[in-house]
Amino acid sequence: MKNSKRSSGDSTAPRIGVFVCNCGINIAGFVDTKEVAEYAKTLPNVVFVRENLYSCSEAGIRDIKQAIIENKLERVVVAACTPRTHEPTFRAACEEAGVNPYYFEFVNIREHCSWVHKDSRDDATEKAKDLIRMGVARAAYLEPMEPIIGDVTKKALVIGGGVSGMTAALELGSRGFDVVLVEKDKALGGLLRALDEIYPWGNKASTYLKQLVESTKTNTHIEVLTSTEVTDVTGYVGNYDVKLSTLEEPIRVGVIIVATGAVPLVPEGAYGYDARSKISMYELEVMLKQGKSPGKRVVMIGCAGVRSNERLYCSRICCMTAIKNALLLRKRYKAQVTVLYRDLMCYGTRNEEILAEAKKAGVRFINFSDEEPPLVEKEAVKVKGAILGREISLPYDKVVLTSALSPAPTNESLSRMLKVPLDEYGFFLEAHVKLRPLDFATDGIFVCGTSRWPATITECLEQSIGAASRASTFLATGSAKVEPIVSVIDPEKCRGCGLCVAVCPYGGIELVETDQGIKARTIEVACKGCGTCGATCYRGAITMRHYTNEQLVAQIKAAFAKV
Amino acid sequence: MLDAGRHPKIRILAYSEVEGLKGRDGNFEIKIRRKARYVKEDVCNACGMCVTKCPGRALDAFDMGLRKRTAIYLYFSQGIPAVMTIDPEHCIYFTKGRCRTCEKVCDKGAIDFEMKARVETYPVNAVILATGLDILDPSHLTHYGYGKLKNVITGLQYERLINATGPTGGHLERPSDGKLAKKVAYVQCVGSRDLNNCAYCSSVCCMYSIKDAMLAREHDPESDSYIFHTDLRNVGKWFQKYEKRAREEYGVNFIRGRVAQIEEDEECNPIVWYEDTRLQEVKALKVEMVVLATAATPAKGARGLARLLGVRTDPYGFIQTKPDEPADTSRPGIFACGFCKGPCDIPEAVSQASAAAERVAAFISQTAGV
Repeated sequence: MKNSKRSSGDSTAPRIGVFVCNCGINIAGFVDTKEVAEYAKTLPNVVFVRENLYSCSEAGIRDIKQAIIENKLERVVVAACTPRTHEPTFRAACEEAGVNPYYFEFVNIREHCSWVHKDSRDDATEKAKDLIRMGVARAAYLEPMEPIIGDVTKKALVIGGGVSGMTAALELGSRGFDVVLVEKDKALGGLLRALDEIYPWGNKASTYLKQLVESTKTNTHIEVLTSTEVTDVTGYVGNYDVKLSTLEEPIRVGVIIVATGAVPLVPEGAYGYDARSKISMYELEVMLKQGKSPGKRVVMIGCAGVRSNERLYCSRICCMTAIKNALLLRKRYKAQVTVLYRDLMCYGTRNEEILAEAKKAGVRFINFSDEEPPLVEKEAVKVKGAILGREISLPYDKVVLTSALSPAPTNESLSRMLKVPLDEYGFFLEAHVKLRPLDFATDGIFVCGTSRWPATITECLEQSIGAASRASTFLATGSAKVEPIVSVIDPEKCRGCGLCVAVCPYGGIELVETDQGIKARTIEVACKGCGTCGATCYRGAITMRHYTNEQLVAQIKAAFAKV
Repeated sequence: MLDAGRHPKIRILAYSEVEGLKGRDGNFEIKIRRKARYVKEDVCNACGMCVTKCPGRALDAFDMGLRKRTAIYLYFSQGIPAVMTIDPEHCIYFTKGRCRTCEKVCDKGAIDFEMKARVETYPVNAVILATGLDILDPSHLTHYGYGKLKNVITGLQYERLINATGPTGGHLERPSDGKLAKKVAYVQCVGSRDLNNCAYCSSVCCMYSIKDAMLAREHDPESDSYIFHTDLRNVGKWFQKYEKRAREEYGVNFIRGRVAQIEEDEECNPIVWYEDTRLQEVKALKVEMVVLATAATPAKGARGLARLLGVRTDPYGFIQTKPDEPADTSRPGIFACGFCKGPCDIPEAVSQASAAAERVAAFISQTAGV
């Protein structure tokens, strides 16, 4: 690990440039940006001010870089939108113009100003001035920093040996990266082992599974550990030490892919479920695989146990599973199948085609409304057809409850060990639901398949191949670059009590023996700079780089300064 | 976008089209036609002086034809690369033989009327197709009245109307009279799930219509929204929660039924005729604007591109991939992700993009040295 350079902030009189962004009219529509820019010129140390239509556009960036060089700027303040999306852009612009990227200060006058004060232009303008004054004050005290670069152990751990886990392992293995694949069950395969035919592939799940398991086992880069569970995880991106139930010594890996899958929900309490004449779709799947007929008259009921207040999610794949099995029952046993549904989730091209095929094959579809669910009686299912507008009675041999996938019960303990979050239902929660679907916020840990959200097999493959790609970015370079915004512990003040170690959510602090006794030490690659340790330390021994006391005090003073 | 634009390993060839591909086994030569912008990319700094003086006018495609742009233009303000382009079909010099005003006002000397399209060849190891989608022009679906009734617009036009940088500055001004639309109907499955048009489900319309309706409410708490739908296919992460919020916190009205006909009254207020399938009644609802959730189709030209590259497409023109090899096309070395291989939402497209990148990496490591 390379230690970052630090030098004390030169706050004597840095040359500060301020760029006020209009963000089209997102800001300029509600804030008088001209007035704000004029005001910025009056602030201490500010030697250059410019207004941009879009600071983040290529032209805007070019403009900022040029201004830095021409005016010999030493600190750059951009008053624009959110650091969440654009801080890296502006930091890079500073760096490309020869200014340390951490000499950049972002002031948010969109989310924190124009968007929340749309009704009052004058007040919004005043607030923008206040925020910029604070930003400029802090900028004077910023310190240059270098990114922290850590080594990466060129080995991956894949947790879960279902279709997603095996696919991710195979992708990495085929590129020559070593993989340890752990599966808590005796055999690889996960849920796929229970399935009969898979649509729209038109082949047997067992044939596909056999191939996949064979390739996984014979890949020389993949070590498969079955009947094995993860019992403890320490470390950080590049160097995770993982204890496994079947190995004495922990293994060290650089990256981790979570592919632990989901479990079929047992629809206890729904529509008289009894696992005999009223079974779950999963149980039907098992029957089909064993070649058993469920009888001539089958009624399937959708959304059993989901899309309710208790489980407010749609499990995405159940409608298609029902339609697939309805078709199989027609073809194999000439059964009379009725599918009762709320909404048929046949999104995309192929799903819609299979729905059409099922209708043509004589599967009956009856819509019911959320308010009037079907009533399962001893001999027949009574349902008010919501489109027909009348009640229908459907005699049955089997009622099949199209139940959902539900998060694996082991998710909770695993999420604690990995220090990654779950959503409110218990599925793993990715870094960004839209833009970073396969990453966790914690570096070096990735997610794919149904442990993240219900998905079809094809979607699981896309995600697991994608997660392999994400993980390989660390494995291929052999190094991890992280933000230098980390905690700094003053060994003079530290008493080695270990409170900070206990509260750190990222495992980013350790206690070490030194000549002065036991002291806390930051593991810079693991630290996320959240500041929890600093707030906990009663000795005041911990400060945060880039959020030093003097930087924050300057900012606070400026907030209340009458200018 | 800017990240891609600034990445040292990425070279962006915008305003360019693929003309051919030769080779195999990871040794390809791709021919790319660089269309003539009539503006030098390395000189123009998009200062916009030319735009203030250009007398030529054309409908602005980025704003879905809701306003006009000049003949020399920036496709959109955050576009990469940020350089101007002259549209020769509407440029006064190209059509009438004189003007060249832009050339006179450009102090960088970036204008080049003599510029010619040129074909360049690049050696590549693999190709990823990510050509996205277009929307179906619903004009031929005459019962919706699009193109005839002024206040019937498409979902993408609505996106521009409600966008702060759009033609109305984010105000829902309806096209006929500029009045703020307070009562808006959103019609689902326009051309989708329709055997005479696109038999498939476009997958994203239910969610974006709900979003559109919620946005309208955020802009104007007095506004009313009506979503006409059949199956509401909100299957992604947190989508059901989102739908519930729309119903309970935003008061969005959901009506189950396909719209049969849209007419208008003398004030250009659309009248939506539909069967409420919950009540089995034919009804009419007068609104102030209608937004059509038009079917999403493969991008124009995607089929031609597929033929050029020798990759198979499905009956609808989407790039065909196998269910067990979802990022691989029928031709080794050519991969695909996103809407070009079938309807998908953003997180799916992002996952697929990572998958395609992975397959390329694996393909190159296997074919290296061939």
